[in-house]
Amino acid sequence: MNILRKLGSWDVVVLVALALVVIVGEATIKGVGTPVFWRFVTLEVIPIAIIALPLTLIVITGEIDLSVASVMGLTCSVMGSLWAHGVTSLPLLIALCLLLGAVLGAFNGLFVTVFGLPSLAVTIGTLALYRGLAYVVLGDKAVSNYPVSWTSNAISPIPGLTIPWFVIIVGVLAVLFAVVLHATPIGRGLYAMGNNAEAARFAGVAVARTKFWLFVATGAMSSLAGVFWTFRFASARADNANGLELAVVAAVLLGGVSIFGGRGGLLGVIGAVVLLSTLRNALQLASVPPNTLTIVTGTLLIASVVGPNVVGMARERLRRRRPA
Amino acid sequence: MRAKVIAAALATALAFSMAACAEDTSTPSSDASAGAGGSGTIKSGLKVAFLPKQVNNPYFDTSDNKGGKVAVEEFKGVYSETGPSETSPSAQVSYINTLSQQGTNVIAVSANDKDAICGALNEARQAGAKVVTYDSDTKPECRDLFINQATSEGIAKVQIKLISDAIGSDGGEIAILSATANATNQNAWIEMMKTELAKPEYSKLKLVDTVYGDDDDQKSFQEAQGLLAKHPNLKGIISPTTVGIAAAGRYLSGSSYKGKVQLTGLGTPNQMKAYVKDGTVKAFALWNPADLGYLAAYAGAALASGIIKGKEGDKFTAGKLGEFTVGKDSTVLLGDPYTFKADNIDQFNF
Repeated sequence: MNILRKLGSWDVVVLVALALVVIVGEATIKGVGTPVFWRFVTLEVIPIAIIALPLTLIVITGEIDLSVASVMGLTCSVMGSLWAHGVTSLPLLIALCLLLGAVLGAFNGLFVTVFGLPSLAVTIGTLALYRGLAYVVLGDKAVSNYPVSWTSNAISPIPGLTIPWFVIIVGVLAVLFAVVLHATPIGRGLYAMGNNAEAARFAGVAVARTKFWLFVATGAMSSLAGVFWTFRFASARADNANGLELAVVAAVLLGGVSIFGGRGGLLGVIGAVVLLSTLRNALQLASVPPNTLTIVTGTLLIASVVGPNVVGMARERLRRRRPA
Repeated sequence: MRAKVIAAALATALAFSMAACAEDTSTPSSDASAGAGGSGTIKSGLKVAFLPKQVNNPYFDTSDNKGGKVAVEEFKGVYSETGPSETSPSAQVSYINTLSQQGTNVIAVSANDKDAICGALNEARQAGAKVVTYDSDTKPECRDLFINQATSEGIAKVQIKLISDAIGSDGGEIAILSATANATNQNAWIEMMKTELAKPEYSKLKLVDTVYGDDDDQKSFQEAQGLLAKHPNLKGIISPTTVGIAAAGRYLSGSSYKGKVQLTGLGTPNQMKAYVKDGTVKAFALWNPADLGYLAAYAGAALASGIIKGKEGDKFTAGKLGEFTVGKDSTVLLGDPYTFKADNIDQFNF
C-alpha cells in the first residue's frame, strides 16, 4: 500500500483511465485511435498542456493563476496588432509576445508576493483586466492575414506521422518542468511551501521569490500557448481562448494536484490533459448527445476533485480516532 | 480551515463550470426513411450534417431541424445536427474534425469566424466532404458554396426603411444593437446600413451608437437598457439579430419607452409576436430560416451527387423552392427579405 502511494497512485489511476478510454473507444467507436483522431486530440492538447505545466507548479505551492487564458487572449491581440502595424519578423513577434506574457505574469506575481494578496483574488482580477485590455488593443477586429507558411507550419505534422511537430516542443518543456519539480531542491521547496509556507521559510526556502518567478513562467508559457493558438486558428481575436483557464485548471486538478497545495505531480497532469481531450473527442465521435456528454465530463471532474479530498478527510478522521 | 472550505468550493465550482463549458455534440436524429422523393439525380443515403453557430438557438433550430432535415428526408439522406453550445470558432473546429472523421458527405456550417475554421474545413474537404456555408460565410476558398439568405444590401435597405417608417418624418437618433463584435454578417449589414443612411431621404436619421449583445439574451437586454440611458433622445433601435431584437423588445415593452422608442431589425415571428401585438414593434424583417436550411441541404446534396460543381452559372433544383443558379463567388441567393407586421405575423410559426 505504501509503495503504491509512493509511486503516486493517482498518476497510475489517471493513466489506467486513459488506457481504458483508448482501448474501449477503439473497440466500440468507429474512428477512435486512428492517426487522424490522434492528430485532432494532440492539436487540442497542446495549448492546454503548455499552460498546465507551470500551473501545476503554482498549484503545488498552494497558489493559483486564473488569468492564463486572458494572457493568451491579450498576447493574441497584441501579436495581431503588431503584425497589422508592420512587424513581420516571426522570431521578433514571438520574442515580444513571450516578453509580454512574462510581464503580465510578473504583475500577478508582484501582487501575490510583494503585497501578499491571495492569488485567487489577484488573478480573478487580472482575468478580467487582461481580457479587457485585449479588447482595447484589437477591438472588434480579427487579424487573420498571416502568411500561410506560418499558420500551416505551426500545425504541420512530424514527417511520416499525423501528430503536429509542436508536440516535440511541448515534450521538451514537459521534461524540463518535470526535472525541476521532481529532481531538484527547487522542486522539493515547492512541495514544502505548499504543505507549510511558514515552515518552508524557516527551512531556508525563498518562498516569495520562487512564487514570483513561477507566475512569470506561467505568464510566458501562456503567451506561448497564445502564439500557437493564433497560428492554429489563423486568427487573432480579443476573445481567443476565452474560458480555457477552466480546462487547464480542471486538468491540473484531475491530474491529482491538490488545490490545497503540497501534493501532485506532472505525470498525472499530462495524463489528465490527454485523458480529458481523448474522452471528449471519442464521445463526440460516438455522437453522444450534448447533455449526456456534459454530465459525463462533469461527473468525472467532480469525482476526481472531490473524491481524493473526501478519502483524505475520512482517513484523517480515522487516524484521529484511533489514538483517542 | 476557512481557506480550505473556500478552496474546496472553488474546486467544485470549477468542476461544474468545466462541465458546463464542455463542448458537446447534438444527437444526429438520423431518419432516412420518410421522404417525398422526386429529387431526380441526387444520390440517396448521403450523410448531411448541419453545424450551426450554436445549438439550442431557436433560429438555427428552425433552419436545421425544420428546414435542412425536411430536405434531407426528401432526398433520402441521413440528417444530423451537431455543434457547440456557445458561439466559439475553436469549438466549431472540434466538431468539423469529428464530422470529417465520421465520413460526412455534406457539412452545412454557419461560421463563427470566417478565418478560424478554414483549416479544419479544408481538411474535411480533402477527406471528401462537400462544404456549404449558410447564414454566415467563411473565406470563399474554404467552402464549395455559400447560401446567402439575402444580399447585405437588401437586408440593410429593409431595416433602414422600417426604422424610418416607424419613427416618422421627423427622424432623430438611432442606434444598432448587434450580435458579437466579430459576427461576419452583422458587420457587413451594419456597413451597408451606414451607406444607406447617407442617402438624402434618410438625412434626418442619425446613427449615434453601435453596441454588442453577443447574441446572449441577458447581455442584449442590458445593452438595450444601456443605450436608452446613454442616449436620452434616442428614437429608434435596429437589432439585426434575432436574439438582440427579442431582448430589446422585452425591455422596451416593459418600460416607459414602449411605443416612443421604435424597434426593428431581424427577428423570428414567434419571438416577436407579443411585441408586435402590444405596439412595441411595428414591423420587422427576416427571411425564412427553414427555407435557408432547406436550400443549403439541397445545394450540398447537388454538390455531393456531382450535379453541380459550385461554379458560377451552375443550376440545380431545390425541391419545393424550385430552381436556383449559382452566382458570383460560388454564392446562391435565397431571395428578398420578408417584412412581418401585425396583419401577417399570425400566418407564421417559427
